[in-house]
Amino acid sequence: MALLEVEGVKKRYGGIQALASCVLSVEQGEIAGLIGPNGSGKTTLFNVVTGYEKVREGSVRLDGKVITNLSPDKIFNRGIGRTFQLTRIFGRLSVIENMLVAVQHERSWWGAAWRRAGSQGERKRATELLDFVGIAGLAGEPAANLSYGQRKLLELAYVLMSDPDVLLLDEPAGGVNPTLLNVIRERIRELNGQGRTFLVVEHNMEFVMGLCHRVTVMDHGSMLVSGRPEEVRSNPKVLDAYLGGVDDEDEETDDQHVLRR
Amino acid sequence: MGTLVVDAVISGILTGGVYALMAAGLTLIFGVMDIINVAQGIFVVLGAYLSYTLSVHLGVDLFLGLVVTVPAMFVVGVFIQWAFIRRLGERERTAMSILATYAVAIIIEGVLGLVFGVDYVQLNAWYVNRSIHLFNFYLPYIYVFGFVLAVCLLAALYVMLYRTRFGRSVRASLQDRSAARLVGIDVDRVAAVTFGIGVAVTAAGGMVFGATNSFNPNTGYDLISRLLTIVILGGLGSIGGALGAAVLMLVIEDVVAVVWSPIWAPFVFFAMLVVVLSVRPSGLFGQVAGRAQ
Amino acid sequence: MLAALAIFPLVFTNPTVTTIAVFTLLFMASATAWNGFAGYSGYIALGHAAFFGTGAYVLAIVAQRLDVPGGSLMFALVPLAGLGAAVVAVPFGLIALRTRRHTFVVITIAVFFIFQLLAFNLSITQGSSGIQVASPNWAASTYNNPYYYVALGIVVFATVISWGLRRSVLGLQLLAIRDDEDRARGLGVPVGRAKLIAFVISAVPVGMCGAVYAYFLGQIFPQFAFNPLFDLSVALMSLFGGIGTLAGPLVGALLLESLQQYFTIQFSNGDLYLVIYGALFLAVLLWLPRGVLPTLGDLIRRLPKSGATGNSANAAVTTLSGNPEDGDPQAGPLAVAGGGVVGSRREY
Repeated sequence: MALLEVEGVKKRYGGIQALASCVLSVEQGEIAGLIGPNGSGKTTLFNVVTGYEKVREGSVRLDGKVITNLSPDKIFNRGIGRTFQLTRIFGRLSVIENMLVAVQHERSWWGAAWRRAGSQGERKRATELLDFVGIAGLAGEPAANLSYGQRKLLELAYVLMSDPDVLLLDEPAGGVNPTLLNVIRERIRELNGQGRTFLVVEHNMEFVMGLCHRVTVMDHGSMLVSGRPEEVRSNPKVLDAYLGGVDDEDEETDDQHVLRR
Repeated sequence: MGTLVVDAVISGILTGGVYALMAAGLTLIFGVMDIINVAQGIFVVLGAYLSYTLSVHLGVDLFLGLVVTVPAMFVVGVFIQWAFIRRLGERERTAMSILATYAVAIIIEGVLGLVFGVDYVQLNAWYVNRSIHLFNFYLPYIYVFGFVLAVCLLAALYVMLYRTRFGRSVRASLQDRSAARLVGIDVDRVAAVTFGIGVAVTAAGGMVFGATNSFNPNTGYDLISRLLTIVILGGLGSIGGALGAAVLMLVIEDVVAVVWSPIWAPFVFFAMLVVVLSVRPSGLFGQVAGRAQ
Repeated sequence: MLAALAIFPLVFTNPTVTTIAVFTLLFMASATAWNGFAGYSGYIALGHAAFFGTGAYVLAIVAQRLDVPGGSLMFALVPLAGLGAAVVAVPFGLIALRTRRHTFVVITIAVFFIFQLLAFNLSITQGSSGIQVASPNWAASTYNNPYYYVALGIVVFATVISWGLRRSVLGLQLLAIRDDEDRARGLGVPVGRAKLIAFVISAVPVGMCGAVYAYFLGQIFPQFAFNPLFDLSVALMSLFGGIGTLAGPLVGALLLESLQQYFTIQFSNGDLYLVIYGALFLAVLLWLPRGVLPTLGDLIRRLPKSGATGNSANAAVTTLSGNPEDGDPQAGPLAVAGGGVVGSRREY
């Protein structure tokens, strides 16, 4: 049984069928990639899995248990962490405070008012994670001062605060320079080595092909192909989805070029 | 009792139309600019005072006076937008706008107090005290005229929004400001003019309000509470919603005044807002929270 | 500063001055409490006057029913008033906090007006004839002093709450909510509960102030106990001083309320005061959107850092405008929540 399973999920926005009967499964311990042309429904699927969007049909299961339509915080509690395409951080808080927000507290009514934020242990862990992603030196900076790449690292770090089993990364490589890209790739591999499962949405083909164990291709809201990167890359249906009916080789985009290679 | 209720319903509809006009201005401003113009109430009072000055000191008929007051208020609106609102940053824009317009409101209230004093006044004309006799009901002429005026202006607003190029720009800005900018719409100019229009309608509303109620500078508070309630109830940004909510709330309030007691009528007014928002936080026809910008 | 405040009435014995002082203190406390909710969470509540009025009426009604005589005993009712305010804050908060930010502001205004209407119309509040509160038989020359000290006590109480809140988990949650509520929710922050608790907590000092006000004046009427200008003032004071900071509301209230009182005494014309007040408010909003203290803090920080002057001024400003326990820029990252020692300052 796969760790994360999506079955038969459909989602409409008015006249647009964003997701048409999606099926996806991610095995425990693997790094799964989700690719597809713009508009294929990748982020929508992410939103559904992490509770930011609701669906009326289909199911999402984590370790066999149904988690469809749960609110985002409950999903987070179950061990699924998620990053966003456009990084979402708390700009006016310092970097380390951003980390502390993600600390899970027991749900007592008055506890939060009395307890001091950031106990020794929590701060230590936060600092360790910041160190892991390489921005420990910025711990006191207001998060709004961070560069785009640094924000991506911060987002990754604070999502790790709750020790999630599954991480859904929405375009972790988007708009990031090659050096940082390597850092991110290495971190993901290291976390994977610790036993965490990943589902990564990406446009950057090289990144995906070099990192993922398995890749699923989406098009127009449903799954096209799923398999090992080499298989997917040479599948004609995938090329068609990206090429969209263009015959002329000269008009290939970089993505398509990578796929062909 | 039955006739009293029907009477209440009719007067509710008629006054509702006038409130709808003023509320439409308010909701339009929010829709296009993400600004809650808390000064709308005092603008109505200002409009009333302008009509008062024209009527009492220059003998100009109330409706005729609108030819002056409406453009005047338009200018006031554009000025305020240009001088103050425009300078508010994008950050926390709506909250800042509430405070800024509140500040403008008390400045105007102070000025009105200095100029006119705190005594209550009311606009007067032949049609204020006489009623039209229809079936078994007596409808004060002013209510009918006011309603007709409101309908005409609302219709004009509709035409402007849906049939002119400018109106298209407004609607585009209403939906997505960034996108509108991208297609070459001068969003700032649209904003200024929209604000001006939103305020200009208070001139008309103010005249009718001033003829049907006695007022002084403090009346602004009560007015803005009602207008805000109507706008929120109808859903921020929805003109049709404002119209529906205005008529609905005024009818209910008038009926409650007749059936239960006039003292509790205003209470019901606000209580309705609370009830509706508890059930539907975005109002009856509201735009979904978190519109694209 | 506390020492200065403590001996104030002994030094300035002019009753007019101490009267101004009492009102100033009441506003300092209220602004600080309000800021604890609105400043930290970003939800501008313009209905706190409802708590002020509730506190005032609780004291007045209970005093009347229990026949509490004028004198020090009356002050015992002040905490009760605070409790009363907290109790009404619960349903108020439950209703209002379900909505988004802009709607929230309006709904607080609406609920406030409901309170005012109730005060006018319920029999228990005796409507527009108001309620009398027994006055104590204290000497005229030091009459104001007990009020002063009780008000000072509330200021301390409110400040302690605000300070503690900022260091706490709840405070962090509120600040996160202010920046990105949905993301905070996604990370497991119980946003509804956090906002509600903060809202209720903020009501307590305000209610207590209302009670002292009622006692001080000797009688209350609905339009004064539930006064829309109260909310505006409290918001302005916090903004002026620096919203979201600890000392901001204190400084803002100190300056503005004394100014306001001075105005009403000098120029009995209320309308002129409105114009000036509004203009001042507008000026602050447009040119000092972050408030006096943070802007001042920025200016001082831009002075050359080298040398003792720069550092101590820096430290002083940090202390005032941010976390009171941290003069050292390197210490406690939580200082940044209030102080922003490095980089950009706290925004409104």
